[in-house]
This record gives sequence, C-alpha cells and structure tokens, in this order.
Amino acid sequence: MKGKLAALALASPLALLLGVFLVVPIGTIVVVSFFDYDSVRIIPDFVWTNYDELLFSPITWKTYLQTLKFAAITWAICLLVGFTVAYFLAFHVASPMMQTVLFLVCTIPFWTSNIIRMISWIPFLGRNGLLNQALMSVGAIDQPLEFLLFSDFAVVLAYVHLYALFMVVPIFNSMVRIDRALVEAARDAGAGEWQVLRHVIIPLARPGIAIGSILVVAVVMGDFVTVRLMSGGQSASVGLMMVNAMSLLQYPAAAANAVVLLIVVLLMIAAMLRIVDIRKEL
Amino acid sequence: MAKAAEIELVALTKRYGGVTAVDGISLRIPAGTYCCLLGPSGCGKTTTLRMIAGHEQASEGDIILGGENITDLPPARRGTAMMFQSYALFPHLSCLDNVAFSLRMRGVGKAERRDRAAEMLRRVEMERFAERLPAQLSGGQQQRVALARALITDPSVVLLDEPLSALDPFLRVRMREELKALQERLGISFVHVTHSQDEAMALSDLVVVMNNGRIEQAATAREVFNHPATAFVARFIGGHNVLEVAPGPDGTVLLANGAALDGQGAPARARHIAVRADRMLVRRSGAALPLEATVRSVEYLGATVAVGLAVEGLEPLSATLPEAAFFADPVRPGQRVALGWRAEDMHGIA
Repeated sequence: MKGKLAALALASPLALLLGVFLVVPIGTIVVVSFFDYDSVRIIPDFVWTNYDELLFSPITWKTYLQTLKFAAITWAICLLVGFTVAYFLAFHVASPMMQTVLFLVCTIPFWTSNIIRMISWIPFLGRNGLLNQALMSVGAIDQPLEFLLFSDFAVVLAYVHLYALFMVVPIFNSMVRIDRALVEAARDAGAGEWQVLRHVIIPLARPGIAIGSILVVAVVMGDFVTVRLMSGGQSASVGLMMVNAMSLLQYPAAAANAVVLLIVVLLMIAAMLRIVDIRKEL
Repeated sequence: MAKAAEIELVALTKRYGGVTAVDGISLRIPAGTYCCLLGPSGCGKTTTLRMIAGHEQASEGDIILGGENITDLPPARRGTAMMFQSYALFPHLSCLDNVAFSLRMRGVGKAERRDRAAEMLRRVEMERFAERLPAQLSGGQQQRVALARALITDPSVVLLDEPLSALDPFLRVRMREELKALQERLGISFVHVTHSQDEAMALSDLVVVMNNGRIEQAATAREVFNHPATAFVARFIGGHNVLEVAPGPDGTVLLANGAALDGQGAPARARHIAVRADRMLVRRSGAALPLEATVRSVEYLGATVAVGLAVEGLEPLSATLPEAAFFADPVRPGQRVALGWRAEDMHGIA
C-alpha cells in the first residue's frame, strides 16, 4: 500500500503537467467545437453545424489537399537532405570532435527566430532581390524570375530551411548507433557502397527516419506563419484557415477545424508507426 | 567446396601515420591449417588478420593466397571470409537472411539463396532457428550463425577475430571444440586471433606469437611450449620461469644473483634461460640443490599445486607440483626450501 502511494506520488507531477497543459486545452477545444456562434458571440450549445460546414465545404478539402501537398514535398526534400547530411556526419567524418563541430554548425540557423529567418529570404528572392539581380547581371536571365518569392516554391524552400534539422538529428542519432563492424561484414559479403546503404544502413536508420518524418509532417501540417509570409497570401493552409476563422471571432469553427486536423495528423503518425517500430530508439 | 589454399605473407607492414602496427612480417600458413595469431593487445595480430581479410590496406608487402596475390583485392574477391568479434550479425535480418546475405548481394535468386542458406544452417545445427532474429539467440548460437554466414561464400580461408571472447568460460571451451572439429571437417585453413594462450595451444596446428608488430615465433604448440624462441614467448605462453643469465667459467652459466649452474643445454651465448614450472625441483632445505628459496605462496589448483618462490637477487619464480607430490611433503608460505632443476630441463634463449 505504501509502495503504491509512493508510485502515485512519483507519477503525479508529470500527470499534473500533462493534465493542465495537454488534456484540459484539448478537451476545451473539443467542447468549444460543438458550440454555436454568431458574429459577436459564442453560444454554449451542442450542435454539429461547425463540422457540417467544415466537412461539406469544397474549400476545406482543397485546403487540406494543399497542406498535405506541402507536407509531402517538404517531407521528401527534408528526408533527402537530412539523410545525406546525417550519413556524411556519421560515416564520413572520422573524429567524434569534428562530428560535434559540424553538428553544431547545422544548428546555426536555429540561433535566430524562425520569423527572422523567413523574412530574410524576402530581400534575397524578391523581384529586385539579390538572386535575380545576380542572375541578370551575369546574363543568365533577361526577366526577373517571378516564381522565387510569394509562391509555393518559396513556401517549400522556407519549410526545408526551417525543418531539415529535425530530420538530420534523429537520423544521425540512429546512424551513430550502427556498429561499424556491420558495414565491414556487409563488405566482406561482397556488398558495394549502394548495397551497404540499401541493405544495412537504411534499414537500421529507419527508426530515426520515422521520428524525423513525424516531426516534419506534424509541424508543416499545423503551420500558418510560413505559408502566410512566403506565399504572400496566395496559398492557403489548414492553420491559416483557423487563423482566419479566429480573426472573425468564429472560435467554434476554428475549434472544429483543429479537432479534424488533430485527427488527420494522428492518423498519419499512426500509419508511420505501423511501418516502423521506434520504441527501441526512445 | 573451395579448395584449401596456402597463405603467404611477405614482409607485410602496416603503418598508421608514424606508428608501425605490423612491422614487415613474413609467414607461411600451409593449406588446411588451424593457425592462431597469439599476442598481447596492441601486438598487431588483429591488424594482420584485417589485412588478410582486406578490411585494412597493407602499407607494404604482399599477401598471397593459393598462389594469387590478393593484397589489393576487395574483401569479397579474395577467397577469405571473416567472422567478426561479437559476430556483427545484421540485427534486422533473420538468421536465414543473415546467412543468405552474400548470395543476395551477388544477385542469387530468392528460392536458391534460401535453400543454400538453410543447408548451411543445417550444417551448423541451427536450422530450427532460421527465422529468429540474432538478438533472440544465445552467444554460442550467434557464433554458429556467424560461422554459417562466413562459410556460405565457400572461402578457402576463414578469418576469426577473437571469436570466443564474447562467450562465458564454459561455452568458450565447447565452442572451441566445435571450431576445431569444423575446421578439420572442412579441411580449409582457419586463422584465429586470440590473446589466450590456452585457446591457441588447444586449437592450433600453428601458433604464431606476436609482439610489437613482429612475429616472435611461429611453430606448433608443442614446439612453442617446449622450445620458446625468445624470453617474451616463454613469459607470454606461461608455465615458464625465465631468468637472465651470463656465461660463466668452464661451461657454466651465472644467474643474476651469482649462482653458477651447469650450462648443459644452454648455448654459450644464451642471455636467458627458461625452465618449465612443472620441471622445477622443490626439496626440504639442505637438499643438494643449487638455490635456497623462500615460499611466497601456495595455490591449490586441483590436479596441481602452484608454489610461488622467492630467491634473493632473482625474479620471482614458480613451481607447479603434482597434487600427490606436494601433499607427500607439503610446504607453507615463509618456509625455506632448496630449489633447482635438471640441466636438461634448462632451455637457453638468445
């Protein structure tokens, strides 16, 4: 009995923290999503209209599709960049000292706020920005490239810039745990560089890939600032839909959307976890 | 089955920056030999093995296998197969897929490679565990799978890097027997790196004792034990008392404390003598033996009793006495005894 009390006491701080900062807010959002509203008030009630309007509007579907597209493209590029960087760090940088130094170099972008990092793309990519001026002055182009800024390209570029590290870290972490003797054993069995990569390193780095993928997909699915800034208002995202609803004081509509988004993201993560068992990595 | 082949190392050298790990060693290992590379850590034995395997580039010298110079060939094209320390089984693959790995790399079809891997697992009596992951196996079982994985490439030489060090003592002795039996059945050479003299003596047709990147002695276990070529070998192999000597008058040798012994059996220019511990004579004080010693310790080892002895002016000595002989006239620590050995048991070392 005493042991049981002690166990409860030990678990209570975390339980309290999760309760106050996770369960209560999400519970509130779920409750509010069933409220009614008019242009000035929120009316406590239990109605399905918020979900009705959300799920039967073609704009919702288009926006979800657009957000999923951003998530998919960003995920693919982050995976490619993150895997390559992690592979280089883990297998081609010999000294642990140098690994640490280069790893810290990777985190340099995180020393400033992500808003600042995004904004700094604007003078670089703009119509009269550095890149266009440079390309025109060397004669590569006659007209400024319009797609560089305030476009889907700019949004994806910013996402990759912001989140590639989320992919590097867990994959690197998985890779440094791979016993080097396994690589030698594979070579001994006649595996070439690509075969070692495909049959040994990628399978053993899968938990890291899964964790990185979850991080990237989750942040991109919920993002609104990047889309607003980098698309110049020309692209939408689910997060932006909610922000717009809230600016019109339509909190219950935003809450319903948040619940739907939460379910979608959880389903995506569940799907990823079915493919890869990450438990041994945690 | 691949043909057994002779390995020849010619002035093989490995340098890391300014450090010489292996210093121009030459060695011939006849086909079908169980060869142990024996030495303390850092003596270059593992580096030598890795050079034979192709996982380490030789700085100088050649490696000839079955008449072909394989020095610069990639690991898989040498006709060697390596079994790694702690086995390096792929943790994400079943035993069967581990064994079939090299066939898969060579593009052998799925059905054929599974058949051949299953056959190889049968040969090491692991067919029941084909679908298990390596983490679900004991150390001895992992070793068998690792052996099967090495053997499926049909090598003419199997290279084993401290294969028994990951096992507990009882299993170590059993797997040692299995290794030897397997080598005899296959008739190919095994080159086995170890720092355990017991292991080397129990297994080897050829013991290669290494120190500081050089070969001190390469001979049969019996030859190494009875005629150690250097003081290092005599000390490392154990069971010997090694003493510095100087030549004395009339064919005698002088020990460091000035005692003169009949120099029969020791060459005139010998700088050391080695006497096997089980050939030491320990008698009651006053017996007609050349040395006076004090008993330092007595260790009962079952079949034998190890007696530690101190002689003034000499390194500590030890004598191994048969149990019955010891208890016929036991000695206690602190007791004074007479000590000596027959001249023919004294072995001179340059």
